[in-house]
Amino acid sequence: MAKNDWPLFEVFIRSKQGLDHRHVGSVHAIDAEMALTNARDLYTRRGEGVSIWVVASNDIVASNPEESGTFFDPAEDKAYRHPTFYEVPDDVEFL
Amino acid sequence: MSNSSEALFNFCLRLGDSNLILGHRLSEWCGHAPILEEDMALMNVALDLLGQTRVLLTYAGEVEGKGRDEDKLAYHRDTFDFKNVQLVEQPNGDFAETLARQCFFDNYHYLLLEKLSVSSDQTLRDHANKALKEVRYHCQHSGEWIVRLGDGTEESHRRMQDAINETWCFTGELFTDTAEDRELAEAGVVALPSSLKDGWNKQLSAILSEATLERPEDVPVPAMGKAGAHSEHLGYLLAEMQFLQRSYPDATW
Repeated sequence: MAKNDWPLFEVFIRSKQGLDHRHVGSVHAIDAEMALTNARDLYTRRGEGVSIWVVASNDIVASNPEESGTFFDPAEDKAYRHPTFYEVPDDVEFL
Repeated sequence: MSNSSEALFNFCLRLGDSNLILGHRLSEWCGHAPILEEDMALMNVALDLLGQTRVLLTYAGEVEGKGRDEDKLAYHRDTFDFKNVQLVEQPNGDFAETLARQCFFDNYHYLLLEKLSVSSDQTLRDHANKALKEVRYHCQHSGEWIVRLGDGTEESHRRMQDAINETWCFTGELFTDTAEDRELAEAGVVALPSSLKDGWNKQLSAILSEATLERPEDVPVPAMGKAGAHSEHLGYLLAEMQFLQRSYPDATW
């Protein structure tokens, strides 16, 4: 297998203080277990993390940048979707 | 030095030198590993080993009591004064040979540190407890590669099996007891090398069978490297490793 045939995995790390795993980059590896060790060797050398997720890049379903207009523009002029759009009546308690 | 401190001094050199030489061999892969990720993985292992070397050679110098520090011991000794096992000085060969050598040493190293973690010697005990975590990862790294290459393509299987066969003859020395080993065992410093053999065989059998590789026949060998007898390869390695300190003694950064 040529080295450029090795699949790519996306790496997510949770730091000591962090509650969520954050995307930090990607690694090449022959399979998921090795992707995990490669991620450990590449991205946690300076004590950056306490937990790692890897996922095959191919398995990520992404939105198409060319369709970003269709996908995201319609949300821009819908101010009423934000809670700040609404005035809270004075006599409403416990909101 | 008394007999017992000489045995302790030599033990620290044996493990310290083995770590140092193997770490140097791995560092030769820097920039040449099959992929960037593996380059980093090998360098991490090399640096772990170098860090462990510093502890052991510093302690060896203290036990000896002649004022030699880690650098003096690493850079100002010649081949016959090095006590590393011959396994670790063998050239890198292809990636499979590097991994065979690494896997054999890692599993031996782990079992040895387990014994050292209950040593009567405080410094060695502390060292072992810290190093065990690092070496457990080394075992995982090399073991996973052996399984993937052995149980990989036809070519990777063939090359991995060749590497195992070629390197196997250097594993006998790891478990050979010397008079000093017996002395240290009696003092509770470290268990006899021969007592590690069963555990090592078990671990290696598990890895090799998962990797669909054959276990070669054992070849009896004397404790060569431990006694300061080395293959021709060590001289070339030291010539490179020690060049700077030989040309500019006591140079500092």
